[in-house]
Amino acid sequence: MAEVVLLDFWGSPFGMRARIALAEKGVKYEYKEEHLLTGKKTPLLLETNPVHKKIPVLIHNGKPISESLVIVQYIEDAWSDTAPLLPADPYGRSQARFWADFVDKKIYDQGKKIWANKAGEVQEAGKKELMESLKLLEGELGEKPFFGGETIGYVDVALVPFYTWFYSFETIGNFSIEAECPKLIEWVKRCLERESVSKSLVDPEKVYVDLILVLKKMYGYE
Amino acid sequence: MEEVKLLGWWVSPFSRRVELALKLKGVGYEYIEQDLAHKSQLLLEYNPVHKKVPVLVHNGKTMAESLVILEYIDETWPNNPILPRNPYDKAMARFWAQFIEEKEEERGKLVEEASQCFITLEGELKGNKFFGGEEIGMVDIAANFIGYWLGVVQEVSGMELVTRDKFPVLCKWMDEFVEHSVVKETLPPRDELHAEFEARLGAPSWKY
Repeated sequence: MAEVVLLDFWGSPFGMRARIALAEKGVKYEYKEEHLLTGKKTPLLLETNPVHKKIPVLIHNGKPISESLVIVQYIEDAWSDTAPLLPADPYGRSQARFWADFVDKKIYDQGKKIWANKAGEVQEAGKKELMESLKLLEGELGEKPFFGGETIGYVDVALVPFYTWFYSFETIGNFSIEAECPKLIEWVKRCLERESVSKSLVDPEKVYVDLILVLKKMYGYE
Repeated sequence: MEEVKLLGWWVSPFSRRVELALKLKGVGYEYIEQDLAHKSQLLLEYNPVHKKVPVLVHNGKTMAESLVILEYIDETWPNNPILPRNPYDKAMARFWAQFIEEKEEERGKLVEEASQCFITLEGELKGNKFFGGEEIGMVDIAANFIGYWLGVVQEVSGMELVTRDKFPVLCKWMDEFVEHSVVKETLPPRDELHAEFEARLGAPSWKY
């Protein structure tokens, strides 16, 4: 097995976080695709993440780590001499961890209310909640180019992959995220100028057609 | 001079986690009791995003989310570390603390799921006194609900999740945990907690 292996799924924002962090640190790794849409999980996944059986899983020198933000923090600690994603001071680190935790608590579930439902109460609630969360994040960004300041940091890595699902939310929910959070979309574009991000994120339209619509059919969310 | 304040609620294991960490490190702090049923201006100002306890204030800077606060405390007062130093072990501690946190949020769900969680946690003890090894670490602190509050909840609700015959290893950990000299200081009095839970578990949606 290669020294660094990432078990991942192409359309997962959680997997993209790990990809960006590894790229930022210039770490060479072997990418292994889990074909989640087939409904089958590989023995390697079940063995390396028996608790959750989910991707991403990072395997470093044979030792597995799961949960995307735990993985990103591990990457930060294990390759600490390049491109720090967290500031040096404990308070700055606590703020970054707080906002990454906020992204984790809100964005995926609120987005799911939109894509996994037909037009109606639940979908409307999802739209309202998602926009509130994104506006709060936009406020936290303020005038900085990135959440991490002059360069991308932990919160940028935690949040930017969800951009690939925005097109799906907007199309299914019939609304525009850019209209209400223009500064956030400007921030996304700045992130995409970095190779670590542009190479890790997938095409939002592909996510819509090959993932979200497929999931909706598979689970009967129609 | 260092100024440390903690906004907490005596019932909440989340704010007790922070107290436990501060006491383990010998850090003095001013405790400010909050009433979550009637949120104070201070709480709304210090934690506008979630409006919950605990909130730590250190030299005027505010922080929320108990696990985030624990990491801050460990980094600011490095004596008696609660997180391991090496990256892999640190990642494992963070993984298990998060696992417990997620299970906390699913508290309202099935007993079977909880039992499965306890089985998994027993395995994680690996014959050690605490999840942190010989001494208390972040995972023990995160598991404080299981260590103490769960016993009270079980008494009040009549639900028997963790019994000595089903989970002897976990019960042994619970014994060690509540007997630990520093942990003892952070546990709310059992009879008061019992009364509080009795009042609350009667209500349709119990959340603190």
